Amino acid sequence: MIVETQIVRFDSLPLDCGVILAPVDVAYETYGELNAAGSNAILLLHAFSGDAHAAGISHDGGKPGWWDNMVGPGKAFDTTKYFVICSNVLGGCKGTTGPASINPETGRPYGMSFPVISISDMVRLQKKLVNHLGISRLLAVAGGSMGGMQVLEWAVAYPESVACVIPIATTSRHSAQQIAFNEVGRQAIMADPDWCEGDYYDKKPPARGLSVARMVGHITYMSDDSMREKFGRRFRTQEPLPDFSSVFEVESYLRYRGSQFVDRFDANSYLYITKAMDLFDITNGHGSLPVALERTQSRFLVISFTSDWLYPTYQSLEIVSALRGRNRDVAFCELQSNYGHDAFLVDVGEQTDLIRGFLSSTYRERVARAS
Amino acid sequence: MSAVSAELKLPSVRDVLGRSDYAIISQLVEPNTRVLDVGCGEGELLHWLALHKGVDARGVEIVGSKVQRAIARGVSVYQGDIDQGLADYPDDAFDYVILSQTLQEVRKPLKVLKEMLRVSQRAIVAFPNFGHWTVRLSHLWSGRAPQTKLFPHDWFDSPNIHFLTIHDFEALASREHWTVERAIYLSGDTSVRIFPNLMAEVGVFVVRK
Repeated sequence: MIVETQIVRFDSLPLDCGVILAPVDVAYETYGELNAAGSNAILLLHAFSGDAHAAGISHDGGKPGWWDNMVGPGKAFDTTKYFVICSNVLGGCKGTTGPASINPETGRPYGMSFPVISISDMVRLQKKLVNHLGISRLLAVAGGSMGGMQVLEWAVAYPESVACVIPIATTSRHSAQQIAFNEVGRQAIMADPDWCEGDYYDKKPPARGLSVARMVGHITYMSDDSMREKFGRRFRTQEPLPDFSSVFEVESYLRYRGSQFVDRFDANSYLYITKAMDLFDITNGHGSLPVALERTQSRFLVISFTSDWLYPTYQSLEIVSALRGRNRDVAFCELQSNYGHDAFLVDVGEQTDLIRGFLSSTYRERVARAS
Repeated sequence: MSAVSAELKLPSVRDVLGRSDYAIISQLVEPNTRVLDVGCGEGELLHWLALHKGVDARGVEIVGSKVQRAIARGVSVYQGDIDQGLADYPDDAFDYVILSQTLQEVRKPLKVLKEMLRVSQRAIVAFPNFGHWTVRLSHLWSGRAPQTKLFPHDWFDSPNIHFLTIHDFEALASREHWTVERAIYLSGDTSVRIFPNLMAEVGVFVVRK
């Protein structure tokens, strides 16, 4: 399946901070066919560093999508049955308007003059895209990590627009620990002299800061077990010497992932998006989690993973408990995996069974109700 | 208390569900109601009820692999402990709460039963009858913890931690002032009409506060 990212431009988008962003581009991909009733559309929401390219092979780079193991014919999000949409988030750097985009007022990249964005701004923009595609009610909205936060925001902000939601390995709001890791990443970028207060687009980007930020991120995505299994104490060099020229495999891996990230991600997007995650709190304006979730009308499938210490199961259980307290339709399962937070991207066998069954029963009900 | 219900058709769904208590429970539940199955296993009963009776079906199950299969079946199941699993639900959230073949396995049966009657109008409880004659004989002849078709486990690896009889349950219902709307006694696929405490392998009770 060769796919191509498309871009649609909207005149403006009002943001939570009061600024009206204009114009706004959204990069998106679609897979499968929308049925005549428009009832089989699923919106996927990517995690922090993801993009619109969720599935298939990109026509330019030949790269598989970030959830290619989950999206496609016969997979969890079966594209022979469903019409699947994925877009790059607001503030991103993969085609959707973000700090690296040109500010029409100055003719130069926004940089740090880009307005502060929120998870709900991202979702508001996704709603515009979904409307633009002619879909009034989605069958499902699904995503992990930051994608899961957007899933929750969808369920609360547009309760009538989505039949079922699948928040995976996520939280209703960041803990101090999650904010702390993001802050280390931001400080690494800002401490890099090449960052230049965010005004580096015609110069050298803050590659060292961004790659250190990514290294920290990768540690939090893995688990003690998965790192032991993948690297142990093995050395990259054959004869370890008692000096800094010896490199553990784990060090080499992190450096590689860090430097690779610099080529595909914008440092200012890193700052803006992590800030949006940290500031996200689904209870804002509602007082409490049960009150916020009481607004929802969708079926929920909440999934967490045993070894995920970045978004631990207790955070999913808070969501599940609040939903049950308001007698909402919620299924919950903690899946066994050693892969840490990355599990929702890499350890997808059992996750596939859950999502396939959950989607098809929701779809069956929806078709039955419509007929 | 009503006697054995002659109008109940005997196992119509046994082929699907494979257990005679399920066959009875599936008939006791009224269509288009809200049903919670506590200790729902792989969700077979809930799935059947959702499909054939249009019920709003929910479940609680502790074993992860069973939860996975239930969700994969399309049933909304929550992975959690029964002893605490009901606490989140508001009062009268359901029309029926089902506890099938699980009462003898929970740590605090009375607390669970009270919680069931808090979150639901009616509780449907099915349990193996420790008063069955085979159990009594096994214990009498061997002088050891009874092992029968109904209670096949060795004492040291049995999931059962409470051993109750049909009379025990009736006594508790009376002590707690619960109304027993129906009581059905089963032996294999057939209903038992005489000496249920001796002859029934399984008791199925519908109780109300």
